[in-house]
Amino acid sequence: MTAPELTAPRRPMNRRTVGGAERWSWIFQRVSGVVLIVLIFTHLFVNLLTGDGVSQIDFAFVAGKWASPLWQWWDFVMLVLAMMHGTNGMRMLVNDYATRPFVRAMLHWALRISMIVIIVLGSLVIWTFDPCPTDAAGELLEGVPSFCESVL
Amino acid sequence: MTATAEKTEEVGAVESFTVTLKILRHDPDGLDGREPGAEYWEEFQVEAHATDRVLDALHAIKWEQDGTLAFRRSCAHGVCGSDAMRINARNRLACKTLLKDLNPARPITVEPIKGLPVEKDLIVDMEPFFASYRDIMPFLMPSGPTPERERLQSPEDRERFDDTTKCILCAACTTSCPVFWTDGQYFGPQAIVGAHRFIFDSRDDGEWDRLEILNDQAGVWKCRTAFNCTEACPRGIEVTKAISEVKRALTSGEV
Repeated sequence: MTAPELTAPRRPMNRRTVGGAERWSWIFQRVSGVVLIVLIFTHLFVNLLTGDGVSQIDFAFVAGKWASPLWQWWDFVMLVLAMMHGTNGMRMLVNDYATRPFVRAMLHWALRISMIVIIVLGSLVIWTFDPCPTDAAGELLEGVPSFCESVL
Repeated sequence: MTATAEKTEEVGAVESFTVTLKILRHDPDGLDGREPGAEYWEEFQVEAHATDRVLDALHAIKWEQDGTLAFRRSCAHGVCGSDAMRINARNRLACKTLLKDLNPARPITVEPIKGLPVEKDLIVDMEPFFASYRDIMPFLMPSGPTPERERLQSPEDRERFDDTTKCILCAACTTSCPVFWTDGQYFGPQAIVGAHRFIFDSRDDGEWDRLEILNDQAGVWKCRTAFNCTEACPRGIEVTKAISEVKRALTSGEV
């Protein structure tokens, strides 16, 4: 029996490996994970443990938070990072389990599209949110935050 | 179930017991009316001493009960790395695992290591595993003229890769890795350990060739730090730590 022949070492075989795409995806996953821990736990703490706790959450509470640019940006960053972090994780699972190229490509596209749709929808809600909706007669609806009285 | 520790009359005599081994067998030829390639569990009862290892029980089965049982072993003393198998759902060397440490009161399950094609019973095709090892170029790649005497190295430089020199290529780590099970493309922990041994060797100058290979989509970034490999290694190599050191070299650009 002869020793197995040594073949040329494996080389980067597609554009994903050029420029270290897998490396950046790994670094992004770690960094976004750490940032998300801070964002999400602060979010939960502010919403559920301060003030009246879970019973305080209603339209007025959300409207009050989003009146401040800090919370708008907070929720926007949380939305984008969470979606990208989750999509990237799912992408790795697809790479593990979907071996047929067509199925793999379909799943990757489904992931990308759903990520973009959710980020766009969520961003629209955050940035175009109206805290003081009025009815047809121009009166404030019920449940709006108290500062709407002075705005109207 | 069958652990009836017999009364030992002699003081200081080694305790003996009956142990049941439940072995996942694979029959490529289809003997005794089985389909070719059939997989089935078979139980054997063996008289064993507290000093016996799983390998001794397998020998007892093969030599005294069923000669068709196939498994690999060479040195039988934990050095050659031939007899890695999945014993009670953990990858271990059969020659380093004492029966008494496995709760012999219950049947001990023995399966081939996972993720490699089974050839017969506990024997798997190791070629994909060795192919990954060859891919990372496991040989010294020095630059410059060949010195007339040995290449010297300080104890501190030797210490950097000391842990990964202990590898015996038994495949216990690679076949315990959940990423390796799902994805035939992953190099696996062992190949990264093998690369680590040369990447961090001060006498070797091929580190960036190897790091570039491990930067591949099938390389270190597939690792999700499950720590199965570190747990499985019969030599106690901190495999996940070695993989993380390779990752750090790739992210920092420094070896």
